[in-house]
Formats: sequence, structure tokens, C-alpha cells
Amino acid sequence: MSVYLLRRLIQAALVMLAMSVIVFIGVYAIGDPVEILISPDADQAERVRAIAALGLDKPLWEQYFSFLGNALRGDLGRSFVFNEPALQLIAQRAPATLELAFGATFLAVLVGLPLGLYAGLRPNGVGAKTIMAGSILGFSLPTFWVGLMLIMVFAVQLGWLPSTGRGETVEILGMRWSFLTRDGLAHMAMPALNLALFKISLVIRLTRAGVRETMLMDFVKFARAKGLSPRRVIGVHVFKNILIPVVTVVGLELGSTIAFSVVTESVFAWPGMGKLIIDSINVLDRPVIVAYLMSIVLMFIIINLVVDLLYSVLDPRVRLESKG
Amino acid sequence: MSITTADTTSAPAKAPRVETPLRRFVSEFAESKMALGALIVFLAIVLIAIFAPLIAPQNPYDLAQLDIMDGRLEPGSQSADGSITYWLGTDDQGRDMLSGIMYGLRISLMVGAGSAIVAALVGASLGMLAAYAGGRTDTIIMRLVDLQLSFPTILSALMILAFLGKGIMNVVIALIVVEWAYYARTVRGTALVERRREYVEAAQCLALPTRRIIFRHLLPNCMPPLIVVGTIQIARAIALEATLSFLGLGVPITEPSLGLLIANGYEYMLSGKYWISFYPGIALLVTIVSINLVGDHLRDVLNPRLRK
Amino acid sequence: MRKLLLAATVAVSALSGAELPGQALSGAQAQTLTMAVGAPVTSLDPHYHQLSPNNAVADMIFDKLVNTDAQARRVPGLATEWRATGPTTWEFKLRPGVKFHNGNPFTAEDVAFTLGRLPNVPNAPSSFAVYARPIQRIEIVDPLTIRFHTTAPHPLLPLDMTNVRILDKETHEGAATEDFNSGKTAIGTGPWRVVSHRNGERIEFARHDAYWGGAPAFQRVNYRMITNDAARTAALLAGDVDFIDQVPTTDLAKLRQDQRVTLSEVVGLRLIFLGLDHLRGPNENSPFITDNDGKPLGRNPLRDVRVRRALSMAIDRQAIVERVMEGAATPAGQFLPPGVPGHVPDVQPTRYDPEGAKRLLAEAGYPNGFRMQLNGPNDRYINDGRIIQAIGQMWTRVGVRAAVEGQTWAVFVGRAARSEFSAHLIGWGSNPDGSHPLRNILATVSAEKGWGASNRGRYSNPEVDRLLEASLTELDEEKREKLVLDAQRIAAEDVGVIPIHIQTNIWAMRRGLMHEARADEATRAQDVRPAPQ
Repeated sequence: MSVYLLRRLIQAALVMLAMSVIVFIGVYAIGDPVEILISPDADQAERVRAIAALGLDKPLWEQYFSFLGNALRGDLGRSFVFNEPALQLIAQRAPATLELAFGATFLAVLVGLPLGLYAGLRPNGVGAKTIMAGSILGFSLPTFWVGLMLIMVFAVQLGWLPSTGRGETVEILGMRWSFLTRDGLAHMAMPALNLALFKISLVIRLTRAGVRETMLMDFVKFARAKGLSPRRVIGVHVFKNILIPVVTVVGLELGSTIAFSVVTESVFAWPGMGKLIIDSINVLDRPVIVAYLMSIVLMFIIINLVVDLLYSVLDPRVRLESKG
Repeated sequence: MSITTADTTSAPAKAPRVETPLRRFVSEFAESKMALGALIVFLAIVLIAIFAPLIAPQNPYDLAQLDIMDGRLEPGSQSADGSITYWLGTDDQGRDMLSGIMYGLRISLMVGAGSAIVAALVGASLGMLAAYAGGRTDTIIMRLVDLQLSFPTILSALMILAFLGKGIMNVVIALIVVEWAYYARTVRGTALVERRREYVEAAQCLALPTRRIIFRHLLPNCMPPLIVVGTIQIARAIALEATLSFLGLGVPITEPSLGLLIANGYEYMLSGKYWISFYPGIALLVTIVSINLVGDHLRDVLNPRLRK
Repeated sequence: MRKLLLAATVAVSALSGAELPGQALSGAQAQTLTMAVGAPVTSLDPHYHQLSPNNAVADMIFDKLVNTDAQARRVPGLATEWRATGPTTWEFKLRPGVKFHNGNPFTAEDVAFTLGRLPNVPNAPSSFAVYARPIQRIEIVDPLTIRFHTTAPHPLLPLDMTNVRILDKETHEGAATEDFNSGKTAIGTGPWRVVSHRNGERIEFARHDAYWGGAPAFQRVNYRMITNDAARTAALLAGDVDFIDQVPTTDLAKLRQDQRVTLSEVVGLRLIFLGLDHLRGPNENSPFITDNDGKPLGRNPLRDVRVRRALSMAIDRQAIVERVMEGAATPAGQFLPPGVPGHVPDVQPTRYDPEGAKRLLAEAGYPNGFRMQLNGPNDRYINDGRIIQAIGQMWTRVGVRAAVEGQTWAVFVGRAARSEFSAHLIGWGSNPDGSHPLRNILATVSAEKGWGASNRGRYSNPEVDRLLEASLTELDEEKREKLVLDAQRIAAEDVGVIPIHIQTNIWAMRRGLMHEARADEATRAQDVRPAPQ
């Protein structure tokens, strides 16, 4: 087990190294940050000064190795735009995104699992058909469109919820969270729902498919034949079986939700990491882009690892050792 | 809209004819009227997309045929020179929305299906290889998958499109690059479970060639999840293309896909000019819903474990 | 049309505000003003990044020696008067009795300290050093009199001073950008004190009661950043914010009819224009120009003034303004709008004349036109992607078959800087002086002189250069103005660039407020007041 973990960690480090190289070259290829950041007023002398001030006068490989050296000491560079450590900027924005992503995941499981179970157990009922039709709509609607529709309906027309922003926050552990205040929750409702919509559909479908498959399996038939109550059959045997794909997907989706909250955050002006990264890409703020991606990769690796571990617990047929 | 999924568990009356897998598949698929309907709608959409240049009133990608003086006309308006009636109105450039939607369908379908097919081929092959070969091959492929999945889609796409420039083919390439890993992961996961099953062991004991085991035994069993993922991914690819266009990174502004039409119109929603965004949105919805309905039913039909 | 948009329109339509009791300004509302701006403020350090949103916020916290009013005219700020006391000496008399937010008095020492800091802000991506560079020596005559000795005659020094926000020597000695961002040293003499700052999210201000220009109308200001256009409009309509800037033109028609909302607008200082490829010689191929069969032309038609004029005549500016910009722009033939120093009265926007354009093209040897690609950003200027498509339509109609490519600014601007395009759309926000666009866009590129830094088409005209050179050291304001106008006139006749329109700056607010719209696009809380009931 510990050998397995160690190997995964080494692999993780390699992945992050590869990422940093790709991002460095990628951002370099997109454009010149100085052209974007510099005031149009600046003359050539000021441009030269700015290029030197941002360390962009050195060859790319030299910039990369000095970045790498600093990174090993935990310094991922300073934002070109904000002149603050990139990691600090990301840490400031992380709680907003995390609570949004967790809120969305929570919603997805809370809504998706029961609906999926219901649709799987009574596949021919009107309710199930409605649920499945809804889930298909959930897949089909583009996020940004839904976001605007939500704002149009609930904020502009009905005036029930605030249109954008994060609202009141409470400081815990030096970070600001909005899910602990009423105002914060009101602000969070629409973006979290917007972000969750796709995943609710996903969970519904996975659960339903899992239930339908599992119900036909011999062990379920056997359990039923043994006279176990339907509640126990579904609650224990079926549930445990369908949890595998659901856990995998929800786990994987958590990471991508955090990474892909870009659109929701920009529609709802939610001040999270997604908004930071899209702003940073727009101005080619390389240190922030690199630091953000490194953090995302790290998070992804951890999530994948946890999913794999859970997987092996839930499905003994998958043995971790077999991967080496 | 109501959706029926055929109950494959209640056995249909046995057909007297010799049952080939294809016949069985067709008859099982046809059991669901809804899926059949969706298939017909989808085929109609495909036909419209293919023949758009012949049936559309206007070539919306030819700047010479557009006139901004006809911009933002309501549905049913006449063009300034009286030559065209804009049944679904016009966008800000004076583009006929009906033609724009027909051409837009072409792009959305091409982007969605093209990227999904290639990504599925690449992803499934690699996933299968990883699961079957195991060891170092598996490690390398799965680390590659992790690397790919850890790249936010939007950013990968921005970088790829920055390297290549805007364009339909480039969007397809970007979508393939961001999507193949999903297929690889799915197929590997399923194959890993499947290859430990008795039937594979049996096949191995019979000393069947590896190729045969993979293609005849493992692959069919990996199909159901692959189809689920594929359905999700086609819909996702079309929506992602729309999102990329919304962020200004997708198709060129002069050749709007459905997504870009929606994004363009989205800015007019608040001012009551609903048609610029609404009709392409409906077209997009119908397309994705019909694909999903077909895929949804296909999964039920193809799943060997749901079959008796 | 121009007359309509010319005057700064102060929104005073609140007279009927009493009809809507729900929207009436209650006492509590008058205390706090919630504003939403479209462009994120990246730092509260006024010398860190020369960036419009940062400058607007800096103008709420800090003051400058010379201010500009809503129509971009120079007015006294922390200096009450200034004059050139010799060919290379400027003397500024400072305003007495001014206090910083922390109570420190403002003196000439602070000015000298500020100018010393400009070139020394670490990591500045775009510093304010250019404004300190011409100054060779600073002489403090007395606490309220300061003299700047320049290396050469420098008539534009007062204009430079409209860009320099004054710090407090005692507070800011050794202060880093982070100290400003945290709010710790965001201390100036301006009308607003910083209460809190969340990077890229919101800034909270409280009124500086001892402000020399009179205390502002609101107790507190909540300055939020909502970069998504639709979301910003929605926030105003939902009542979450009182005031927004950068109103999207697509929402204008609706907002104008909305009883709950008032607009304020003014002709701005930002020209949208086309840069043309002057880099490739008359007998070289321009990268995005071919003949009608897609083969290289063997020459660069853009080097022929008749072709440039034809391309300009083919553009129906009025149609662009009305159809694409929904009226939120004015057709332009030069960089500055009427009424602003540096506007050339006798240069008019090119008249729309497609037949004339065809004739000129034929005269230049292109009776059947040619193919050309027009490049532009699609996320930078108002409706930029729509404008290039409209121009593409118009050019195609006179025989220049135009393809159009819109790219994100991050990609576009680098390519434009490398002069990769044949024709490109770009914008320029001028300082209110004709020498500003001349020097940066129309002058021949010269690193030594610091000219043409934004001249991405590489236009070059010796006569323009000569007049500009003369104007930069001419201390006689009348003579200087003539030189600047002449240079601009020559460039306009030569069609160095193709001006399209000057944007109108538009703000929207809850009925019951009024706002003095600024030509320089700055969104500042001190320009907003409750409307008289």
C-alpha cells in the first residue's frame, strides 16, 4: 500500500513538472504579456524597462529554470498584474470556488441520487419518464445560457435572489466563507444550481443505469429470493453496487467543477479562482496561470487517488496492487 | 416532452425468423417509439445540415450577401430590397436566422460528432491497451490521462486555439484533445473489471488470440459505458463549442455555429430581441436532446447485462 | 447628430423621479452608493500600473497637481496655478491647507517624493516613469511652491501632471504595492478614504470629510467589479447596485425606456480606427492581400493613397454608428472630438461614397478590386467584432473582397505589435492633446525618440514627423497648437489611418441619481449625486 502511494506521488510530481513546462511554452506561444499590460502611452524605453521588470528579457529556458528553482522553495512567482504572490492570490479566491463546487456537488447528489433511484426502480412510470426527460434537458442546456436565464427570471423578473456577487461572508480560519450567512447563501443559490445542473443529470443517469443493471443481477435475485425486505435489498446491496460509478464520476467531476467553474463564475461575477484564471489568461498573467494550474493538478491527483482508494474499498475486484 | 425507454426486460414475443444480432438490435431499438422518433428528428437535422447550401435562403457566411441595414429585424420581416423574407428574423449583421441556423447546425454537428468519434477511437484504443497490457504501458497512458484531465478544458482549448488560430477544424482538434481522456478512463475502468471475469479467463484458457479476446469479448462488454460516455460527450462537445464561442475562442465570428449565434443573441436578450438567441437555442436543444434520446435507448439495447 | 452628442449630457432627468415612490431615495439609501464597474481594478498603488480602471479609483483616493474636468480640460488640482518661468523651468503654486486622510499636511516635499517614486516601483508592468523622465531637477522654493527643471523645453509638463497622483512622503516612504492593496497605505488627499479592499472584487470607501474640494454626497461607497456586461445590467435592474458603467449598447434601447433607470453619456476620447500596412514596400506583398484568384499581388496596394482613400470612402460610418453602435458613437475623421484641445476643425469624417471608392480603386489600377483580410480583436472595444464584419460587408461591396478575422485581445495585440496584419481595427484613448496620438500612432517608429510605440501599421510621413518635432519643444501655446493641428491635418489627408468613430461613454443609474459623465471614461463616486427632488 505505501509503495503504491509513494509511486503515485512520484508520478504526481512528474505530471506537475510536465504541466509547468507545457504551460510555460503555451503561455509564451499565446502572446506577449507586456504588450497587453503596458499602457498605450508607454514609449519604447518604458517597454524595455517593463520587460526587464517582469523578467521577460531572459531566454525562456532561463525563465523556466529560475521559476523551477523558486517553485522548489514554495514560491510560484508574483502576479504581473497584482504584484502579489500568485499562490496568495489563488488562496484568497479558493474558498469562493470551493464552496461553490461543493455546494454544486452536494446539490447534485442530494437531488440526483433519489431521483435516479426512483427512475431506476420504476423505469416505466410517468415520474421516471419526467425525470429522465429533465436529465436530458440538464445535459443539453449550455451553462452560460442557463445562468443568464436564471438571472433574468429569479433576479430581474421575480426579484427573489440577488443577481450576482458573493454577498456577506464570515471569516473562519483566515478565509472568508459565504455559506454561513443567509445573505451569502442567497447569493450562492443560483450559481451553485447553475453549476450543479449538468451533474444532477449525470448522477440521475448513472444511478438509474446502475439500479437497473444491479436489479437484474443474480445476487439481488438471490437476496430477494432469500426474503430480504426490498428496503434492505435496495438500501444495502443495490446501493453499494451503484455507488461505484457514482463515486467515480462525482469524484472526478468535483475536480472538473472546480476547474471549470470559469463560465458560471464569470456569468455570476462570483469572485473565485475560475474568474481569476480567465482574467489572468486575458492578460497573460503567466505566474498566476502556472500557479493555478499547478494547484489544480495537485488537487486532481489527490482526488483521483482518493477515488481509486474508494474504488478498491467498494469493489474488491479492483486491486490496487495490480496496477504496478 | 415525455420520454419512453423500452423495457427490454419484459421479453418480446420471439420472432420466428432466424435471429441475427443485427436484426435483434434493430427490432429492439424500434420498440421505443420515442427513440425512433428522436432518431427520425436527428436524421432530419443531419439532412438539413448536409443540404443547407441548397435549401437555405441565404449564405450567411458570405459577407456580400449580408447588409447591416437589415440587422436585428423581427421574424417575418422583409429585407430592404424585398428579396428575402426573414422568417426567423435577422441578427446584428443582417444575417437571416433561418439560414444561420441551418449552417450553424452543420458546424455544431461536425464539431460535435467529428470530435466525439475521433476522441472515442483514440481514447477507447488507449484505454483498452492500458487495461489489457497493464504494467508500464498502463502507467504511462493513465498518467497521460491524468495530465489531460487536470487541464481545465477552457484553458487547453485556449492554448490549442492560440497555437492554431480560430477555426472549425481547430475547435475539433481542441475538443479531441480535451475529450479522449474521458473515453480512455471509462474503457480502462470497465475493461479492468471485465478482464477479471470468467469468460475472459475462459477465452484465455482456450488460447484465443489476444486480438480476438479484445475485440470480440472485451470491447463489446465495454460498449455500454462507452456509449453512455459518448452520448454525454457529443452533447458536451456541442455545448462546449458553444461555450468556447461564448468566451470568444471558438469558431470564427463570420461563420457562426449555433453556439456563437446564441452567444451573439444573448447580449440582446435583455432588450427584448429574443429571436437572435432563442431560435438557435431551440435548434441546439432539439439536436442534443434527440442525440441523447437515441444514445440513451441504444445503451439499453446494447447492454448485454440488461438482456436475458 | 454631432451637436446632439457633443455636449456633455448630465443626467438630470430625475425630475419625474417622484412618480415612483418605490424608487425614491430614502435617507438610508443616500448614505451608501453601490457602483458596479466593468473593468477590474488591479491595484490601489497609484504608480504601479498605468491602467484606466486603476487610475479612476486612484482619482477617488488621491489628487493630482493638475486635474481634468469632465470635458478633459485642465483645471487646478493640488496646484492652484502653474507657469513656465523659463525655457526649461515650470513653477507650480500648491494649494494651501490640504490634508491627507491621516491628517498629515500636504507640501512641496510630498510632490518631490512622489516624482522620485514614479520610476522606482518594483515589478511595475506599466510604470509612470515617463512623466518623471523629462524632469532633470526639482527645486523646492517654499512649502507651497515647487519648480521643475527640464532637460529640454517641455510644453506638455502640465499635461504630464494630470497623470501623477500625489503621495504623502511621511506615510509612503518605503511603502510597497502590497501595502496599498491591503488598504494600509492607501492614503491620499482625495475625496474618499479606503475602508476595505478585496482584490478584483470590491472596494469600500468612506467619505473624506475634510476634502478640500467639498465633501462628497455619500457617506460610503461600495465599488464592485462585475465584468460580465449582461450581469452588470441585470444587477442594476435587480436593484443590487445603484450605478453601472460601460453600459452595453445592446441594452441601451431597453434601458432608455425603463422608468427606473437614468442614463448619462458624453462623447469620449477613444477613437476606433483601422491601421493599414505601411511596413511592406509598394512592390512587396502584404501578408493578407491577394488578387481575386488568391495569388500574390506583387505589390502592396495600401501604399497607394488612392487605395487608402477608397477604403475609407467605402465605409458607411453613419450606418455603423446607428446599426452596430446603436447611436453610442460619433463618426470621426480624426483622433479627438470637437471641443477638446487638438481637434482639427476643418477635418471632417470621410463621406460615404461607394461609387467614388470604385473609381479611385480603378484609377489606382484595381478595377476589379482585390482580396484582403481585416483583423481585429473581438473582446476589447465596444462591438469590435461586429464593426469589422460590417466593414467587411462594405468593402466587399466596392470590390475589395474582405475576409474578417476577430481574435481575443491577448492573441491579437501581439500579432498587431509585430505588424503582421494588412489591415487591423484598433482603438486609441487619447490624452486631451493632439500631440498624444501624433506621437504614439502617426509618428515614424523610433525607439530613440520614443515615438510611434503604438504605430502598428508603421505609418511614416516625414512632414508629420517634422511638425511634431517642432511642437514638442514649442512653449508658445498658440504656435504649438498650430503645429499639432497641421501635422494631424497632413496625416488625415494622407489617410495614415482610417478613423471610424469616437465612442460615446455611457453610464446607467437608478432614477434619483445624477452623474457628470466624463470624456476620459473614468468611473468615480465623486461624480455621482442624488438628483434634486
